[in-house]
Amino acid sequence: MDKILLIGLNHKTAPVEIRECFAFSDTDARSALSALDADSAISEAILLSTCNRVELLLCCHDTEAATTAAKCFLAQSKQVRLSDFESALYIHRGEAAVRHMFRVASSLDSMVVGEPQILGQVKTAYRLATEQKSSGVILNRLLHRTFFVAKRIRTETGIGDHAVSISYAAIELARKIFGTLDNRQVLLVGAGEMAELAVEHLIRNRADRIVVANRTFERGLGLATRYNGTAIRMEELPNYLGLVDIIISSTGSPEYVLQHGDIKGAMRNRRNRPLFFIDIAVPRDIDPRINQINNAYVYDIDDLNAVIDENVEDRRREAIKAERIVDEAVIQFRQWFESLAAIPTIKALHAKIRAVAQAEMQKTISHLGHLTEDDRKAIERMTEAMANKILHEPTRYLKSEGCRGNRSQSLDLARRLFNLDDENQKKSDGG
Amino acid sequence: MQIVMVTAILLYMLAAASFCAYLFFQRNFLQKIGHMLLIAGFICQTVMLGAEFIRTGHVPANNLHETLSVVAWALVGSFLALNIKFRLKILGAYTAPLAAFILLAAIQFPREPLQPDNLLKGVWLTVHIIAIFIGDAAFALAAGVGVLYLLQERNIKGKKRGFFFKRLPSLDLLDTTGHACIVSGFTMLTIGLIAGMVYAKILWGHFWSWDPKEVWSAVTWIFYAVLLHERLAVGWRGRRAAIMALAGFAVLLFTFFGVNFLLKGHHGQFTQW
Repeated sequence: MDKILLIGLNHKTAPVEIRECFAFSDTDARSALSALDADSAISEAILLSTCNRVELLLCCHDTEAATTAAKCFLAQSKQVRLSDFESALYIHRGEAAVRHMFRVASSLDSMVVGEPQILGQVKTAYRLATEQKSSGVILNRLLHRTFFVAKRIRTETGIGDHAVSISYAAIELARKIFGTLDNRQVLLVGAGEMAELAVEHLIRNRADRIVVANRTFERGLGLATRYNGTAIRMEELPNYLGLVDIIISSTGSPEYVLQHGDIKGAMRNRRNRPLFFIDIAVPRDIDPRINQINNAYVYDIDDLNAVIDENVEDRRREAIKAERIVDEAVIQFRQWFESLAAIPTIKALHAKIRAVAQAEMQKTISHLGHLTEDDRKAIERMTEAMANKILHEPTRYLKSEGCRGNRSQSLDLARRLFNLDDENQKKSDGG
Repeated sequence: MQIVMVTAILLYMLAAASFCAYLFFQRNFLQKIGHMLLIAGFICQTVMLGAEFIRTGHVPANNLHETLSVVAWALVGSFLALNIKFRLKILGAYTAPLAAFILLAAIQFPREPLQPDNLLKGVWLTVHIIAIFIGDAAFALAAGVGVLYLLQERNIKGKKRGFFFKRLPSLDLLDTTGHACIVSGFTMLTIGLIAGMVYAKILWGHFWSWDPKEVWSAVTWIFYAVLLHERLAVGWRGRRAAIMALAGFAVLLFTFFGVNFLLKGHHGQFTQW
């Protein structure tokens, strides 16, 4: 498996000043792939570039030459001196490269473990490589396995469960209070960026009407129109306390915008229907004593962060399970890779053809009871000779130098032509 | 009959085990198995009680053994009915063990009634007993839901996301379910009390005789009536409603057992052994 090589840098090894130098757009990536493909040391290449990492996944004949070529390529294509970033590079070979690829796509190597975007980014990188025809038998197989592993980890472990962002955490809590968010009305106090983000998530979760109260009415109106809501003046706030269910506050006000007394009165008007306060302002907007009122729930930014920390901890526990799945997949991939070596393939091919010939011969002979012992011997010899003659040319070809340049492809083709991999393994590859 | 009873107990105990396993491991099939087992146990009990009803012509509630057995039957029946509308699966972890426990308690007492009581006959009486038992079972479920509500509310208010946070449903669902239990319990209790009064009129010539059982039944009825009224009038919901459901259940338990054991009244044979 030494032919597989992975070279790259990520958020753990390189600061953002270096990472931003290596951002490849789609067009950049296309030309990069052609350039890599043209290099004689490299036979297959995939380039993955996200805001947190840039990685080259290569298949090569000579790792040393390929490593140097890849380093030079990175330096040249982005006009950065090699000495500036060489220390940030990690180089994985063989099994380590395969494992790294599996872990990246399953989001085990991400800054936020379990974040779902990375798989899509890997898929895009692979699509570009197939379009540029820079990936071949080995990397195709590796990437298909990668998608399969990532999908399996997502369904079998809880790595993607539970919110790890403020707005997701707030929505998770709202669901625990209200069940569904259908028909729940949302009041925004202050029209900051954070509030907008939260509203976007709430709307996606089918919250009903949005009311925006902002110090400068115009700005509030702008936000309200964008989400089909209503804008009100700050002075009208008390009138709306009886109507809404979720209040998200993010003003810059130095003192509490909503006091304990305000809400105490409002709860009576709203017949104690639950009211959920999300206070993402610092200093806080919502009097924390409101949390003591029956059916009123106040979460400030620290509470939400605590929820997130706990969820991150949960994900870390699930990641252990995920690592086991990765280990399994690495072993499977190695078995496939080893089967690509010429000898096992030739052996398997011989065994297959001989078995077919033997079986057919036995079937025929069993119907021909009148044959003498000599006749039978003759038929057996003929079958044997036919099998050998048929096998002769393919064996010579697979062994020969003739397919050296593309040996793994020929071996893979032979295995598929004669269906040498058993059905079970096929199925598990299907995903 | 004894064999059917034991089967029912075993089924309830297995159901209790699967619901508890569901509580811990959160695997949906566990809850489904629990539900199936509960239904099987309920069918056993229904067959048993039905056979007894046909044999004697009255509801088998002549001694503590029979009474407890009907209590368990009504509890499981109410839970199964409730689950059709409100998918509150986790409540099975309360219902199944409780039903198993009540039936286990029941078999500790002798089966044979002390003396066949000719009083216990007639349509009104049957309606009275069945309605009261189902009503009481609904109140028991309301109390169970109330406990779940208080647990979940404490998690959310206290910002602690412990064992129950992800296992329990939303406050809204718990509150609505608890309310539904109380409404149906109250309806059945009302029907049962009216039927009982009509029966008393037929038997003794008057609707009301200030017997302790009657007085405490009235107290229970008024308690729940106030609870429902306050919810409509000033919105007693959430935490307060949950606490009141528990308090109401305590009053109910006293009316059901306490009056019989501590005070004397005309429902005495009910809990004899």
